[in-house]
Amino acid sequence: MGAVALEAGSRARALAALRAVRPPLAIVADDEGLKPFETDAFIAHRETPMLAVLPETPGQVREIVLACRRLGVPVVSRGAGTGISGGAIPRSDGVLLVLTRMSRIVELDTRGRVAHVEPGVRNLRVSEVAAPAGLFYAPDPSSQSVCSIGGNVAENSGGVHCLKYGLTTHNLLAVRAVDGDGDVIDTGSLALDAPGYDLLALVTGSEGNLGVITRVAVRLLPLPQATQTLLAAFSSVRAAAEAVGEIIGAGIVPAALEMMDRVVIQACERSMALGFPVGAEALLLVEVDGCEEEALAAAGAVRAILERCGAVEVRLAADALERERLWKSRKGAFTALAHILPDFYTIDGTIPRRCLPEILERVYALAGEYGLTVGNVFHAGDGNIHPCIFYDANEPGDLDRAEELGGRILEACVEAGGTITGEHGVGIEKLRQMCVQFSPAELSAFHAVKAAFDPDGILNPGKAVPTLRRCTEFGGLRVEGGRLPRPDIPRF
Amino acid sequence: MADAFVPELCDRVRACASAGTRLRIRGGGTKDFYGGDFYGGDAGEAQVLDMAGCSGIVAYEPRELVLTVRAGTRLAEVEAALAAERQMLPFEPPHFSTDRGLPPDALAAGGATIGGIVATGLSGPRRPYAGAVRDFVLGTRVVNGKGEALAFGGRVIKNVAGYDVSRLMAGALGTLGVLTEISFKVLPVPAAEATLAFALSQADAIDAANRWAGQPLPLSACAWSDGTLRVRLSGAPPAVDAAKAKLGGDEDAAGARFWSDLREQRLDFFAGEAPLWRLSVPQTAAPLMPDHPQVVDWGGGVRWVRGPLDPFTVRSTVERVGGHATLFRGGDKSVGVFHPLPPALLKIHRRLKAAFDPAGILNPGRMYDF
Repeated sequence: MGAVALEAGSRARALAALRAVRPPLAIVADDEGLKPFETDAFIAHRETPMLAVLPETPGQVREIVLACRRLGVPVVSRGAGTGISGGAIPRSDGVLLVLTRMSRIVELDTRGRVAHVEPGVRNLRVSEVAAPAGLFYAPDPSSQSVCSIGGNVAENSGGVHCLKYGLTTHNLLAVRAVDGDGDVIDTGSLALDAPGYDLLALVTGSEGNLGVITRVAVRLLPLPQATQTLLAAFSSVRAAAEAVGEIIGAGIVPAALEMMDRVVIQACERSMALGFPVGAEALLLVEVDGCEEEALAAAGAVRAILERCGAVEVRLAADALERERLWKSRKGAFTALAHILPDFYTIDGTIPRRCLPEILERVYALAGEYGLTVGNVFHAGDGNIHPCIFYDANEPGDLDRAEELGGRILEACVEAGGTITGEHGVGIEKLRQMCVQFSPAELSAFHAVKAAFDPDGILNPGKAVPTLRRCTEFGGLRVEGGRLPRPDIPRF
Repeated sequence: MADAFVPELCDRVRACASAGTRLRIRGGGTKDFYGGDFYGGDAGEAQVLDMAGCSGIVAYEPRELVLTVRAGTRLAEVEAALAAERQMLPFEPPHFSTDRGLPPDALAAGGATIGGIVATGLSGPRRPYAGAVRDFVLGTRVVNGKGEALAFGGRVIKNVAGYDVSRLMAGALGTLGVLTEISFKVLPVPAAEATLAFALSQADAIDAANRWAGQPLPLSACAWSDGTLRVRLSGAPPAVDAAKAKLGGDEDAAGARFWSDLREQRLDFFAGEAPLWRLSVPQTAAPLMPDHPQVVDWGGGVRWVRGPLDPFTVRSTVERVGGHATLFRGGDKSVGVFHPLPPALLKIHRRLKAAFDPAGILNPGRMYDF
């Protein structure tokens, strides 16, 4: 009996078990139908799942997990598939559990400022339905028009407004999930805390390893009354970084504080002609919000700091239209960058903010060493950097070098006291760097956490946390990397 | 001394684990009253693990908004260092100093430790508007029950590498590991602050608190006691002024005192020996158990209730509205201090405990019966 026969046997058994789920479940079993599920937005890697299922009720999710557990079949959960670290890449021996059909807003409690949603609800939709009540859902990952809340919880997604409003983990009240035993677990609560260990914190950002999310209660915040946006050009990255520190040192917590370097500025200039000084080495985008008086006062204070720190030019958006224009450079940056070379690979490291100038110099030096161009457009306020490494996919060996450079940049982030991922997740992309950041005892603790929720290891096995054996093997392995996919989604 | 503390602690925990000697982790001892009774084992060979030697600010970069501090550092020392830079721990932790008459400088020699704050997970009146202890924990160093020194999270504001074990430690009452170092996100002290008072019934106060929380107002606390709703506004001076004009009410000149008395449980309501229950409920929940004296904090999210209440009644009452109840001070702890967990969650708790502390030597009994 060969491997093919074995696989066919387990596939037939899984199919039979899933067909027994009640009410009947949408199952995709043909190669043609499975094609769109081969990868998430980490398109350098693909795998055809054994089967894909699209449940519509929490009860079906539970039955799927129970069936897979009984058969020992891995389950990979997937939302909108916008993750860029490969967390939702399927397995050829596993079932892909697609949650996009569970997309109801179950309840919008405007008085309690809570939205109860199913995992397949799009991030932006929550804010859209809450807007008439003057409320919004704060975390705004760049893919927010497409990405799902379930995926946001699984990845603990960030966005451009984290500095003031926090990550996904700061904006959740409760998450219901089906754990690896097939039990329904309610983490968090509708009160502001819950008894026992903070399991909500563990489930958030667990990359589908601890449970399949079936329902989420997100906190809604009042929409700020006023927003002021400034854009400043600097003749050095160091001066811009200094201004970032000065703004925060002055007791101002901006809603957003974003930086772009010369490579990005020039790319934006070519494609959008925003008319910035040709010699600008760094652009800083600062947004402050609050009530009218507060936002105005903060904008004035920020402007003074920017000028004192040597900004060559400062622009203040006079209205919403102009704010949109100022954001255009930031939001359109990745599209603009695609004009340099069509293929690029985005890195996601975080460092203590004071190390920004040094780390950027290190990035440029490393890029020179590899003969590759790197552009930087990132969340300066959080110290979350996103170097974009350009390569030519048609040039043999170019991707390999880009991936190796990416790995070295992340290792430099760890050396600077930072981390290998600020908001994109580990997935399969950064398994190797996990071995750099954590000791074997710490990795063992992570595996113990997983085993507490999923003793049989059927939920998204092999992602997020490397096995100790893999870390040993990585000594001689090349970093697994990938390209920025879904060019239709603006990345920022 | 602090540098040698962790390696020595690892040795000691390893020795205790192999001997089955239970450890009662203790910082300033100001929260000894809180949680279940430590269970030292039948042989009575348990030891107190004093964290005072693990003290000092490791790193503080005001412009990074990040503070790293050893667990045994006194809260008063941490708050003084932050205040010097006009920054603060935004979750406004309670000291619960056992000797409330001490002046601040004397308090610095004792009092609550930062590790105790994280272990108990207690946050003050600012919590609904700023976030809880766990929201500001960026990283922790712990020694688990196997005597291994582990680091989770870090000193940066965004970090999604590995499961969020740092936040798991907040509120775990030392049952999963001995906290040795914690990194926090800190925030600037608001430039202006004011307290408004409104004479309202409890039901109307809860209603107003929720209505205002849905509007762009610089709220930083909302509590009701003795027929008065107090609202604290914090932020830039123009924001506070605009909110004052909008909300009306009477400005309470003694507001700052009220908030610290509420946080430290020094209001008259908290005096005496009657059991104190903490009902944590959705902020919009209608008044509960109206026949018993109570104070409302967290914009309706916490109801403090006094009296020898029937635990079963309290717990079924809060469960009906989706909340949970803690026997916070006094009373008969044998009923369980913390709200009982449903079986699926209890299963995960037991597995986590078994993984982090297989010998069951760290603070047994302080949270549940493990």
